[in-house]
Amino acid sequence: MDGDGLRLNMNGLDYLILALYFVTVLGVGFAARRAIRTSVDFFLSGRSLPAWVTGLAFVSANLGALEIIGMAANGAQYGVMTVHYYWIGAVPAMVFLGIVMMPFYYGSKVRSVPEYLRLRFNRPTHLLNALSFAVAQVLIAGVNLYALALVMQALLGWPLWTAIVVGAAIVLAYITIGGLSGAIYNEVLQFFVILAGLIPVTVIGLVKVGGWNGLMDAVADTKLGEAGLHAWQDTGSTANPLGAHWIGIVFGLGFVLSFGYWTTNFAEVQRALSAKNMSAARRTPIIAAYPKLFIPLVTVIPGLVALVTVKGLGAESGDLQYNNAIPLLMRDLLPNGVLGVAVTGLLASFMAGMAANVSGFNTVFTYDIWQAYIRRDRSDEYYLRVGRWATVAAVVIGIGTAFIAAGFSNIMNYIQALFSVFNAPLFATFIIGMFWKRMTALAGFWSLLLGTLVSLSLYLLYKGGVVDFNSDLEESFWGAGLAFATAVVVAAIITPLTSPKRDEELRGLVYGMGGVDLKGDVLAGDAVWYRSPVLLGLIAVALAALFYIPVF
Amino acid sequence: MSNDGQPAQDPLIDETQEEQRRSAAARLFDIRRVIGGLFVAYGIIVTLIGIFDSRAEIDKAEGVRINLWAGLAMLVFGLLMLLWQWLRPAEPPTPNEHQPGA
Repeated sequence: MDGDGLRLNMNGLDYLILALYFVTVLGVGFAARRAIRTSVDFFLSGRSLPAWVTGLAFVSANLGALEIIGMAANGAQYGVMTVHYYWIGAVPAMVFLGIVMMPFYYGSKVRSVPEYLRLRFNRPTHLLNALSFAVAQVLIAGVNLYALALVMQALLGWPLWTAIVVGAAIVLAYITIGGLSGAIYNEVLQFFVILAGLIPVTVIGLVKVGGWNGLMDAVADTKLGEAGLHAWQDTGSTANPLGAHWIGIVFGLGFVLSFGYWTTNFAEVQRALSAKNMSAARRTPIIAAYPKLFIPLVTVIPGLVALVTVKGLGAESGDLQYNNAIPLLMRDLLPNGVLGVAVTGLLASFMAGMAANVSGFNTVFTYDIWQAYIRRDRSDEYYLRVGRWATVAAVVIGIGTAFIAAGFSNIMNYIQALFSVFNAPLFATFIIGMFWKRMTALAGFWSLLLGTLVSLSLYLLYKGGVVDFNSDLEESFWGAGLAFATAVVVAAIITPLTSPKRDEELRGLVYGMGGVDLKGDVLAGDAVWYRSPVLLGLIAVALAALFYIPVF
Repeated sequence: MSNDGQPAQDPLIDETQEEQRRSAAARLFDIRRVIGGLFVAYGIIVTLIGIFDSRAEIDKAEGVRINLWAGLAMLVFGLLMLLWQWLRPAEPPTPNEHQPGA
């Protein structure tokens, strides 16, 4: 196939749809500007947003181009087992964040996740986390940019640089001007545009292969075979498409990786901190869990359809790589019109992902690095200006890191590797610190540092060929698990040797110390039973379990 | 959960909490209007394309008049968003001790 193999036949109306989207996104940024007067308005939307808005933004922030393209790729490569990333690898952690951890985050009025570590432990722990978070965010923003540029180059024939600069410039504009409100409002809009783009591909794909049953029959005849149709059946050993034992899936993916990502990643938690009260903040990740339950329908199913209908999918390089599953289906199945919407949806998903990284970065940079360690006691207006400049810096550095991403075969694995390095030890430190009041500040610091070093070294040893794993994915399970275990052991050893913080310093930060008010700022309408975070959360987890039944 | 007193205090956090009084967040517009507007526009454009789709376009989509259906679905969705905003306008910010002037 020649170099133009993926090129879509976009016409003027498709471009009109795309242009309308760009104009709307920029308009939202400009319109959000009038609601910004203080730094909290800029970084946390003035803590004023309703739960459905923050909830959809929460799921959208994770729905980057990487997620969509990567999960469709995994669907084609690993089959139905990809649903583990959603049903066990996301929903339980999101519910846990809302029910158990959010009262400490929102109730203590911290302005970021690293700031919680400053209050709970000490400044070195805080600085360590703030710096590693800032680095991770610009790296991931770069990965998002690169993914977008590749897709735009292949689909629209835009040069790599044009795609990178146009995408980056739009994100830059609406966050610098509209702050977090600009980012969150656009994420909500993007959520719907992404779905509007993916649903037609899925529907026509299913029609083409003869519905769900036709798809199942066809997948059984591919190289994945019958194993591609089951999520758990062959997990008693590693002889399944994902190469993962059920213990690895439950503890590696379902516990350490997933809880690490969803509960401590400030790019996500920031959406909940911008909610208008405690009830809305707790419901944010739980409301997000519901769309998350259904997203595999529009990522894994297209992946499987592509596996069945695109001859030769799964090449090492060229147009037939797994990552092109969705673009290939768009090319083959969508007429002009919905094609424009689908391309807009892909672009929207890229922007949602990158905007989350950039808005997380600018907040942590301003509050946790600049205000805490470099320039203290300046006016609020000063920090607002710093935040705007930090946004510009993040986007510019993101363009640079876009080229680091070029060296990895499966973008999703690269991102998993990063998460295992940064998030797993962080989650361990958080969860012990939140529930064990005796844990000392020094123990917090060493847990986090040594945990991070362990998973980073394992990653480097694996990449250097010293340690061997079946797949990148298996490495990230192990890296995350070892980092978690290291953090726990270190906390248990150092805590008895050092002196704990006083009880009043831990109020509102640690379980059982008081200072957490779940009902104080509640609005009249929030007391109704169907807005109870615990009930909504339990239903989400039950649904995730039920969804496994047809694909067991 | 028990409620004996306030969470631990921190000077940096208190500083920004102080500024909450000046917050302009109440001036934020309602996103439902934007979502509704964009989807009504998309719905109209794609439905019109769908009405005039040629045989070749319908065949490409496996015989499904996808533009027509997707267009109508987006139009309905957009109108529902606008209707929701019209029926349940955003609640005015509740006056509380953090934002006496807002």
